[in-house]
Order: sequence, then structure tokens, then C-alpha cells
Amino acid sequence: MAIKQVERDLTFRERIYILEILKALRLTARHLFRNLFVHIAHRFGLLRRLRGGVTYQYPEERRPFSPRLRTLHRLTRRQDGSPRCVACMMCETVCPAHCIYIVGGEHPDPQIEKYPVRFDIDLGLCVFCGYCVEACPEDAIRMDTGKLEFSSYSREGLIHDLQELLSRSTTPPKR
Amino acid sequence: MPSLEINGQSIEVETGSNVLQAAEQLDIHVPRYCYHPGLSVAGSCRMCLVEIEKMPKLAISCHIQAQDGMKVSTESEKVKQARKSMLEFLLVNHPLDCPVCDQSGECDLQNYYMEVGQYDSRFLENKIKRRKAVPIGPHVILDQERCILCTRCTRFCNEISQSNELGVFNRGNRSVIDLAPAKTLDNPYSGNVIDICPVGALTEREFRFQCRVWYLSTQESICNGCSRGCNISIHYNTSLSYKAGGKRVQRLKPRLNPHVNRWWMCDEGRFGYEFIDHNRIESPQLRAVQGKLQTSDWEQVLQEVSTGLKTTLENFGPEGIGVIASPQLSNEELYLIRKIFAESMGVQEIGTRNPWEKEGFEDDFLIRGDKNPNSRGAEELGLNSDVKAILEKAASGKIKILYIFQHNFESPEAQEMLGQAGYVIFQGTNWNKTVEVSNAVLPGATYAEKDGTFTNFEGRLQRFQQALLPLSESKSDIEILSTLARKLGYPVTYLDAEEIFREWWGRTYQELEEFGELLNGQKR
Ligand code: SF4
Ligand code: SF4
Ligand code: SF4
Ligand code: SF4
Ligand code: FES
Repeated sequence: MAIKQVERDLTFRERIYILEILKALRLTARHLFRNLFVHIAHRFGLLRRLRGGVTYQYPEERRPFSPRLRTLHRLTRRQDGSPRCVACMMCETVCPAHCIYIVGGEHPDPQIEKYPVRFDIDLGLCVFCGYCVEACPEDAIRMDTGKLEFSSYSREGLIHDLQELLSRSTTPPKR
Repeated sequence: MPSLEINGQSIEVETGSNVLQAAEQLDIHVPRYCYHPGLSVAGSCRMCLVEIEKMPKLAISCHIQAQDGMKVSTESEKVKQARKSMLEFLLVNHPLDCPVCDQSGECDLQNYYMEVGQYDSRFLENKIKRRKAVPIGPHVILDQERCILCTRCTRFCNEISQSNELGVFNRGNRSVIDLAPAKTLDNPYSGNVIDICPVGALTEREFRFQCRVWYLSTQESICNGCSRGCNISIHYNTSLSYKAGGKRVQRLKPRLNPHVNRWWMCDEGRFGYEFIDHNRIESPQLRAVQGKLQTSDWEQVLQEVSTGLKTTLENFGPEGIGVIASPQLSNEELYLIRKIFAESMGVQEIGTRNPWEKEGFEDDFLIRGDKNPNSRGAEELGLNSDVKAILEKAASGKIKILYIFQHNFESPEAQEMLGQAGYVIFQGTNWNKTVEVSNAVLPGATYAEKDGTFTNFEGRLQRFQQALLPLSESKSDIEILSTLARKLGYPVTYLDAEEIFREWWGRTYQELEEFGELLNGQKR
């Protein structure tokens, strides 16, 4: 996209500065006193409908997630509990960060044929684009766990393996 | 010679060739499944339908002969509609297996369907189930559901391998490909049915699920399995090292050479690539006095080897040095060996042929008894001395220092002689019996890791190209020999195999004919 430059001269009022500063202070003060008032009112159980403040008290207070939000990956299971994934490597191929590592193996059931012997996602590289979910022909990988906290003290800890990915379940989005 | 017009372009073709071949000469690809240039025409898939003027119906181009004045259209609406309908037909009972199918990515069903497909399914009935993942031979797995009954595989078994293992059983939409009673697909050329199967019905056991085909890179090469010198492509994966346990070479495929192997190759060659990634000597080794081999570095080993060669040359003359080159080496390497050892040092006797190596299996099609790719090349370069005599001299102490390339001398007789030899230098790729008795070991590169030429048994000079980097610390033999020669004070300045080839053959690799050249008796 091209950048469009808008030439604009400051007016006299803007150039003397002091009036503009007072305008800004008025805005800040209005928020301060409003919040002060609303929070005190909340203490007395009043005016519950009004939201005070602008900060979420994370982690005690959490923002509601949109149901479409892409959160931590999980692998889904068949009815018998085995992974749905057939190691087709579509997700591995499409992944722009090259952070999925799959090794396929021969499944004893010829109707299934192929299964993942190894399935690792390196979340240190993942950009949460969700392409893997789009590419999967088996609905085997999803990003609907509702988890976004997965920090680790080491880089290796960010590599999640097959068992870890299978152990997660979906969290229905809060409304 | 009939002259005809295809999509408005006119072409003159040989009498007797069919319309499909005529189109091919114009670089027009007609979709096909059952037609294969190396097999008889079956005309069963009806994918190659074309429109020919004044013919009431569409005709199969693989069967209809090109005739004078024909006006053919391969891309008309009617043809496209026919292709679409044929594909719909072929896919009626086809499983949706692409995610687990090894053919995916190089499947003609997928390819043609992307061009002309009936994307919205009209099929409401239940698909007919057939047998899946059936091992039908040591190398081949059959999936009857994916088969489109083109019969290429059965024609191969009847016409080329002439072993008649496969056939079509039952009738109508219950037809399946299966083994003939009491047979297994274990002929020495069974791997070829995997290549010619246009879909994923026949897959390779060794390659199954190792890697997706779109991850593979290819390089043109020559099979080193026997002295036929079949033209091959090496399919390798070096970027995703966690696949297939880190194996770099994933499979070998034959490459067309009408003078040597046509479209085929044998199973022994096809599956004989394991040594490239397995049991390799990964770093230079030196034996401490009377001790074990120890990992060393190139500088130290080359220093010891060159000092050894130099002092022997000074004290005993060239008779003190014995060289056993290998018919596994390329012409360029053998030329360099001749140049350094024979021409510069004056070593008279350089042998190549292992006298204990027995002739292997041989037949009247491709497989040769001599399992070395370049015996003829070594012979032409005059490296023909008796290896046994050289070893005897080494055992009796006449030869003080013995330089062996690649050979695995495992016979007790040879082992005994090697045990009595003074100082043994080994240059080669894999751990073997010769390494065990060597004093210095120089890890060389396999044919997949270097450029060069082989001369096959009938004297055809063919080029192979580097696919991989030499594994770990190993180096190409030309690099090792050049460094060694410079340490010995000889002016050897070759940078790569091509420079040697130019000096030896007088031309560049680019100028070498695509399908190789016959030596025609010239000695160089
Ligand atoms: S979300 Fe994107 S970057 Fe992360 S694993 Fe999936 S495809 Fe790769
Ligand atoms: S795309 Fe789906 S089925 Fe294929 S490997 Fe990835 S998770 Fe498994
Ligand atoms: S044969 Fe081709 S179309 Fe059929 S499952 Fe295999 S890749 Fe897919
Ligand atoms: S197995 Fe393959 S080559 Fe043989 S008939 Fe079926 S599709 Fe053709
Ligand atoms: S290719 Fe012509 S009918 Fe099959």
C-alpha cells in the first residue's frame, strides 16, 4: 500500500501549545474521576452495570475469547482413543514456520494403513497462523483448546509431542 | 511416411507409429493410463481418446495408427468431456486414500483430475470394498481398491520379466489384479511394476511412508550395482533429516536410456543403495603401533601417508609401492590414480580386479555377473595387473606399502597376506575386512556423492552426477588424491572431476551425449 502524506499546517491555537495540553489533561482527569467514582460505587454494590477502569486484572480476570480464536493445538482422537491423524503430512507441508515434524508408520489395520509414529510441534517457531488446521483432511488437528499460556524454561520444553497434543481437550468458549 | 495434423500443427511420423506417439513428437501430452512405450498396447483405459476428423466416434490414440491426411484434435470440448467421463468412471470405486497413499503427488489420477474433473460427485451407491495393503512380493504392496485395471503390471510380468505372476481376476466391476495361484511377485525386476503403475495400487515396501514424494530432490546418476550401468535417478531428502531415520537416499528410479536399460532396472540395483547411508567410515583413522584404529584428522593421516610413500620411494624405489585400485571408482579417479602412481611415481603394477570375487547372478536381460560398474573403464585405462601377485609381494615384504581402494578382501587367503603386509593404506567408503587390517584409513565418497563417468561392459561411457555432499568428514576421492599428490610434490591442480575428464576425454560433460558414448576402440 502506498503511503499518502497529508500536509497540514498547525493553527495558531495549536502552536501556542498550552491550550492543547489543558484539553488533554481534562480528558485524563475525566477518566480518573469517573473510575474513582465507579470503583467506589462498586464497593457499595451500586452501579454494577457500568464498567470501571480499562485494565483486565490478568490472570484473575480473563478476557472472553472469541470462539474463532486460534489457541494451543491439539490432536483429535478416534472413538477408540487412537489419533485421528494419518500422518499425511499436509500440515507439515503447509506450515510456513516449518515447525511440525511427523514420522509416519505402518498401521496394523489395513483400513487405516498409516499413523504418526512421531508428531512434534515446535511452538517456539509456530506463528499461530492456523494453516495446519485448514490443511488437515482428517480434522485431526485443531486449535480450539482455549489455552494460550504455554511458556517454558527451555526451548525443548516448547516442543510438544504426540502424547501431549493428544492429551488436550477442547474448552468451549465462554460467552 | 504419413503426415498428419494435430491441433493444427502438422507432423510427419514413421509408418506404423500411433497417434499418441505422433502427438508426443509435437510435445502434446495425451493423458493415458494403459499405454506404456515399453509394453504392448492394451487400449483398456480409454483415457487417450482424441477426435479425428471424418471419424464418427472418438478414437483411442494409443491404438490408432497415424495415417496420411488425418486431422486430429486432442483438446476439443468433446475430447475433454470424454476424459472427464472416463475419469468419473475410473473413480467410481476408487477410495479417497490420497492422505495415506504414497503415490500422492505423482499420481496420474490426481494430475488428470486437476485438469479435467467432475468435481461434484454424482455417485450415491456404496463403493465396492477390495483387499488393501497386501504384500504380494518382497518389494511390492498391492492395494486393489486403488487399481484402475490398466494392466500395465500384468503386461510387464508377461512381456518383460516373462514370469507371469500377475493377472486380472473376476469380471466387470468385481475385476481385481491379483497374484496367479501359488505365485509371489519375486522376479528380479519386480520393482518396475511400481514405477509403471500410474496410480498408488502398487507401492514400494522399502519406501512406504518414509517420506512424501514432494520432499524429494532428484539427481541423474548411473546404477553402480553391476557392469550394465543402468541409467537411474537418485531420489533423496536432505532437508528433513528426521524422516526415515536420517537416511538421505530414499529410493532409486530408472531413467530412460534406449541403448542400455530402456525404462527398466533390476531390484538388486534398485534396493542396493543402503551402503550410501549405512556402515560408512565417517572420519579418517590411524592405527597406533600394533594397536587399534583411532579416529584422527585429515591433516595427520595425509601427513603420515605421504611421508610413508615418500620414504618408501626414496629407499626402495617404486617397486616398494603396490596399488590396488577399484572398479567401483570412476574413470576420472582411475585416471588420477594412474597419473599419480604410475606416471609420477613410476609404480609399474596397478591392479583392479579382485581375484576372489565370484561372478554373480546373470541373465539375458539387464543383470550382469560382474557386480562392478567400471571394470571396463579400469581395463581401458590399463590398470590390469594381477592383484593376487601384488598381495603376494606385499606379504613377502617386496612391497613395503600397499594402497588399496574400496576392496573388501575377506577371503582367508587374502586376509593372511594382508596380515603379513608392511603398511596398508585403505581409501574407501564403508567398513569392511580390509579396513580391519589397514594402518591408515581415508574415508572416500560414494557414487551418489561425486561426479564422474563409468564405462559399462559394452564400452559405453556414461555420466553420473553428484546428489549429496560426502557424508560427515569423508571427501571425494579426487580431493583426497589431489591433496596427497601435492603433499608429495607433484603438480596436480584438478579442482573437480570435469577437469580430469576434459584432459582425459577431451570434452566437457556438457558435450557428452545424453545417452552416453561408445568407446569405439580408442585407447586413452
Ligand atoms: S499454526 Fe501455522 S505455524 Fe503453527 S503449526 Fe500450524 S501451520 Fe505451523
Ligand atoms: S494434516 Fe491432519 S492428518 Fe495430516 S498429518 Fe497433519 S494432523 Fe495428521
Ligand atoms: S492412487 Fe492417486 S488418487 Fe488414488 S488414493 Fe492414491 S494418490 Fe489418491
Ligand atoms: S495395479 Fe497399477 S499397473 Fe496394475 S493394473 Fe492396477 S493400476 Fe494398472
Ligand atoms: S492409453 Fe489408450 S486406451 Fe489406455
